[in-house]
Amino acid sequence: MSVWLHSKRIARYGLIGFIRNGFVSLSAILMLTITLFVMAGLVMASAALSSTLKQLNDKVDVNVYFSVKASNDDVQGVKLALEALPDVAQVTYVSPDEALALFRSRHGTDQVTMQALDQLGDNPLGASLSIRAKNTSKYQDIANYLESVQTAALGASITKVNFNQNKTAIQRLSDIIETSRRVGYATVIIFMIASVIIAFNTIRLTIYTARDEIGVMNLVGAGKWYVRGPFMIAGVLYGAIAGLFVVVFLYPFSAWTAPGSDRLFAGAFNTLDFYTSHFLLFFFTLMGTGVALGVLSSFLAIRRYLR
Amino acid sequence: MILYDNVSKIYNGGSTTVALQNINLSVEPGEFVSIVGHSGAGKSTLIKLLFAEVIPSEGTVFFGSKEVAKLSQQELRALRRNIGTVFQDFRLLPTKNVYENVAFAMEVAGRSDDDIKADVPHVLELVGVIDKMWNFPHQLSGGEQQRVAIARAIVNQPDVLLADEPTGNLDPINTHDVVNILKKINDLGTTVVLTTHNKVVVDSVGRRVVTMDQGRIIRDDKSGKYTL
Ligand SMILES: Nc1ncnc2c1ncn2[C@@H]1O[C@H](COP(=O)(O)OP(=O)(O)OP(=O)(O)O)[C@@H](O)[C@H]1O
Ligand SMILES: [Mg+2]
Repeated sequence: MSVWLHSKRIARYGLIGFIRNGFVSLSAILMLTITLFVMAGLVMASAALSSTLKQLNDKVDVNVYFSVKASNDDVQGVKLALEALPDVAQVTYVSPDEALALFRSRHGTDQVTMQALDQLGDNPLGASLSIRAKNTSKYQDIANYLESVQTAALGASITKVNFNQNKTAIQRLSDIIETSRRVGYATVIIFMIASVIIAFNTIRLTIYTARDEIGVMNLVGAGKWYVRGPFMIAGVLYGAIAGLFVVVFLYPFSAWTAPGSDRLFAGAFNTLDFYTSHFLLFFFTLMGTGVALGVLSSFLAIRRYLR
Repeated sequence: MILYDNVSKIYNGGSTTVALQNINLSVEPGEFVSIVGHSGAGKSTLIKLLFAEVIPSEGTVFFGSKEVAKLSQQELRALRRNIGTVFQDFRLLPTKNVYENVAFAMEVAGRSDDDIKADVPHVLELVGVIDKMWNFPHQLSGGEQQRVAIARAIVNQPDVLLADEPTGNLDPINTHDVVNILKKINDLGTTVVLTTHNKVVVDSVGRRVVTMDQGRIIRDDKSGKYTL
């Protein structure tokens, strides 16, 4: 008696049991489908949240303006000092010429300003540095650092640190970002746990309905794998079918929510784009999670009937 | 081969019931033992002790040289595969048809597909339910279910056959057939332990009769008749 022969028989009974207990199978698939769908929805929601956060994050920065007289060495010195700070993600140098070009493009339609600028002849704008922090909560530290440097030789040519102007706005934004991130993770974890428990209990019920049959199998001396194998195969089928349902259903669902998500997240997140660009990830994660849930639940639920 | 050493069984469900009291009994290989007694005398309990569906409250039950209650899970499953059991309440697998119910016993014993294809119809023919081969248990009469249970118990040609009330739902003609099957199996060397209420069965077997009453063995006749 080979392992192959036993496996073949176990797989066959798994399939037969799945089909003959049609109603039970259907409810298990339905529950797993709902569980997986909730999970996929949460993944989408948290992806939407983090891409919005990222976009907001990118909009926050600290700008340091230098006087027109500042030499290139002065500016590069401050830039190097900033880049050495652990909280700084990126420092972008904007030369006086670039600043002027930017100014012209912004105010090109304003005749009065343009005329005034032309009369000046020289470029009235100094160089500036645009600083991006690794984390919004770090802007305060960077601003503090810049203020302390302003009175020292290194920063003598700094005319303005514009974080001060946006200070409260940036602070509030960073608080909101932190809180929503924490609430988001907590919600995802709670929902995941809840849906896993529901799925597990549904499969436990399917095995509970078969407890007499399991008892008879034990009494005629069936090996443990003979008893639990078919139920685990059925678990695989529940999970795979539910996973497939969700993968298929997510397409019309994300197409349906796409315009709404565009509006809500101001173009930062589109459900349909996200789903199609992450399709393989969704496919394997959903199928994998479904199958793992089905098999593991069956395995755990049948243990007590196998003594 | 089978030895009950001062075995008692007390059930604690609902009310406390003393089902067996100080049972001492031994069965030799190749014997055919009929256990008779009124309803509730403890016959089924006595049988169930042999494959550890019931664990003794006191005393020990030996099967071969092994103490049944102390077998490992794996040893117990192996023991159950080597015993053919006809349960009083049939215990067929409800989601498997007649063919599969019998085949299942062969499959778990590791028999080949060819053996299964050959033996299952043969044994179903023997007990007379071959025409219901593709029915499910709920589509069978009580007597038909009982005969499927007998087929399942004998299909692996076990060393020991335990038959708890195997003719309880059968008409006289079917009863006669089943008794003949049991006798034939016993002639081929299988030890048979049979419980029954049926005087005709006991008398037509004509072998050792153990009589029970209220959890005790009150008679043990080498070649007995039904005397209750
Ligand atoms: N699981 C149980 N829990 C509690 N009491 C039980 C249990 N099984 C049997 N009994 C009791 O033990 C006693 C013996 O039962 P048993 O089934 O062995 O009788 P029996 O001789 O087979 O009867 P019958 O001829 O009606 O089948 C009965 O009084 C019964 O009520
Ligand atoms: Mg009984």
